[in-house]
Amino acid sequence: MTKLMEWLFGISVVLAAWVLVAFDPLDLSVPHTYREVAWPMPLYLLVSFGCYSLATVGYRVATFNDCQEAARELQGQIKAAKEDLRSKGLKMCN
Amino acid sequence: MSARKTSRSKPNNGDKYSVLLPTYNERENLPLIVWLLVKYFDESGYKYEIIVIDDGSPDGTLKVAEQLQKIYGEDKILLRPRASKLGLGTAYIHGMKHASGNFIFIMDADLSHHTHHVFPLLRKQKEGDYDLVSGTRYRGNGGVYGWDLRRKLISRGANFLTQVLLRPGASDLTGSFRLYKKKVLECLVERCVSKGYVFQMEMIVRARQLNYTVGEVPITFVDRVYGESKLGGNEIVSFVKGLLMLFVTT
Repeated sequence: MTKLMEWLFGISVVLAAWVLVAFDPLDLSVPHTYREVAWPMPLYLLVSFGCYSLATVGYRVATFNDCQEAARELQGQIKAAKEDLRSKGLKMCN
Repeated sequence: MSARKTSRSKPNNGDKYSVLLPTYNERENLPLIVWLLVKYFDESGYKYEIIVIDDGSPDGTLKVAEQLQKIYGEDKILLRPRASKLGLGTAYIHGMKHASGNFIFIMDADLSHHTHHVFPLLRKQKEGDYDLVSGTRYRGNGGVYGWDLRRKLISRGANFLTQVLLRPGASDLTGSFRLYKKKVLECLVERCVSKGYVFQMEMIVRARQLNYTVGEVPITFVDRVYGESKLGGNEIVSFVKGLLMLFVTT
């Protein structure tokens, strides 16, 4: 099953449950209060997922490590490498 | 003390590591990365070889590679040049044909991946006998250097979107510092058709699909010291296209 199929399947299950509770097409006599709570649910879900996404991405951007140390170490090693390679007779320019 | 000494002495198992370095105009970087690889591998005692796959760089990368081969020997540095730029996947296939190692490291030849991460990857692989171990910039001590806020935002955003849509079970999908069992890489590379950033993503997504085990190790990514790093509108569009392709097909 491709990811697209998984998503479509998941969405249709949720949608079917929502229709069942919010509009009661099968006359299951769902209490009125349930129906009232249920019908704006997809919107709530969407909004809270959006908030979750923004918060997660924001947090991860803010905590993305800046590897100053790694960059400094690399610069030092580049210097050592260049000196050693020159002494071994490597010509960098043709 | 003696235990420590043993662990530092030459690991005498049959494993050999082939490092694939596809290059295009890396005259400045190639000698440095080769020097670092030789230094770390020689210290460790693991058997290795470095395979340079140069795609006809006009800047003379191949000439520099030939000099390196003279310095370090033909058993350590192998040259597998190609006439023109033909893409990463075929570069790996081309390089692997002559690889004598049973493990393959792939990494960028532009110094953005630090060579000393080779050993954490190698140890991780041994720890769980993983089919592939991927370096990750997004976990633990991993990170980047030289990225502005925009770049970080795009990177994190794209990563989040991919995680939500594909649930790939790996945190760094576009990273290109990885260790593969040779057989696994051969099998995967044949199935992967994407280019650019998407290629590495496809490799790891397909690896999951084929039930290969994936280990992860935090790495630091120091953006290109020499030369330019590119992330323009074109890259973003092709990334999104690739993501959708994987979404529909895997």
